[in-house]
Amino acid sequence: MDRLLNVTTVLSVVLLVMVLISVRRAHIRVEYSVSWLLASVVMLVLSRTRPLLDAVTRLTGIPDSPLTLFLLTGSVFLIMFFRFSIIMSHLRDDNIALAQRVAILEYHIHSLRNHEA
Amino acid sequence: MLVIVPAFNEEAAIGEVVRSIHEHVAGAPVLVIDDCSSDGTIPAARGAGADVLPLPHHLGLGGCVQAGYKLAYELGFDYVIRVDGDGQHDARDIPRVFERLKTSGAEMAIGSRFVGENGSRTGVVRSLGIRFFRLVLRPILGKPVHDPTSGFVGLNRRALAVFSRSFPLEYPEIEALVVLQRKRFRFEEVPCKMRPRLAGRSSITAIKSLYYIVHVLLGVFVNVLKYERRWHRGRENPGRGPHSGAGG
Repeated sequence: MDRLLNVTTVLSVVLLVMVLISVRRAHIRVEYSVSWLLASVVMLVLSRTRPLLDAVTRLTGIPDSPLTLFLLTGSVFLIMFFRFSIIMSHLRDDNIALAQRVAILEYHIHSLRNHEA
Repeated sequence: MLVIVPAFNEEAAIGEVVRSIHEHVAGAPVLVIDDCSSDGTIPAARGAGADVLPLPHHLGLGGCVQAGYKLAYELGFDYVIRVDGDGQHDARDIPRVFERLKTSGAEMAIGSRFVGENGSRTGVVRSLGIRFFRLVLRPILGKPVHDPTSGFVGLNRRALAVFSRSFPLEYPEIEALVVLQRKRFRFEEVPCKMRPRLAGRSSITAIKSLYYIVHVLLGVFVNVLKYERRWHRGRENPGRGPHSGAGG
């Protein structure tokens, strides 16, 4: 159990540092880094605060503390993936609308040039 | 009237398609929407006398067709006929589709392989898929549709306005019918012939066919949900019927 918690702690810290570096280098926008920071902090706190993890285990009725940690982490990531799917769908729609608009504007420019010539 | 032809890597067929349209629909402008082809589709289309709308990157069939609808709407066309760029649709049928569109008052005319005896043949899998979607669409549309997957369609300006704002982006034909139904628009079917492709191979594989069915079913379901929601809203607030909303 302790080994599992230590591994989780290391992973959380690695994730936290990676996200902070990415934000600093502008590889990821601040608004999209919040979810990752939140997830890594939740993992870190749960893995370092055994009484809290046990309390959550009792509260949720899950039979095992490692399972609680696993389920919570998995749930957080699932929610984040869902959120990113929504963002990606919006981006794709915007991207298609923009591509269509660019093509139509280029068509108009081409027509005007031909008209002038 | 404008004839639009969505095309992706149709270098071998597009020239013949455009020439055939010019031959049988004299005076009608032809617009080829090129979905970022990597071959010589654009020069082949221009060489045959078509206007070309080149997309900056590959959008897929729905995005490609919608770009054509948007441009046609902006240019003020009252009617648009869409035919595929692979030469499967016979340009001799375009005047009949156009005539039905004008005289029937319907917002959409579909060139159908299965209305009347016209000798068109489809594969077994595709034929089963078409039968399945006929059954699914019958209660939603309130009338039978014989060829729901046909890409040979004519639209009037009212339908063009709707599709310029909202058009399914992947496998659009079936969902487009449900979008029209949400607006209480009508469609008519016109018997047409379908020929084998002039060149190239269809991109629809067995796995893609399965994906197609799931995708289209989900799209239809979502559109029906939107329709139901608007209908219920209309009942709760009789002053605002299903026609009064502006959404797509």
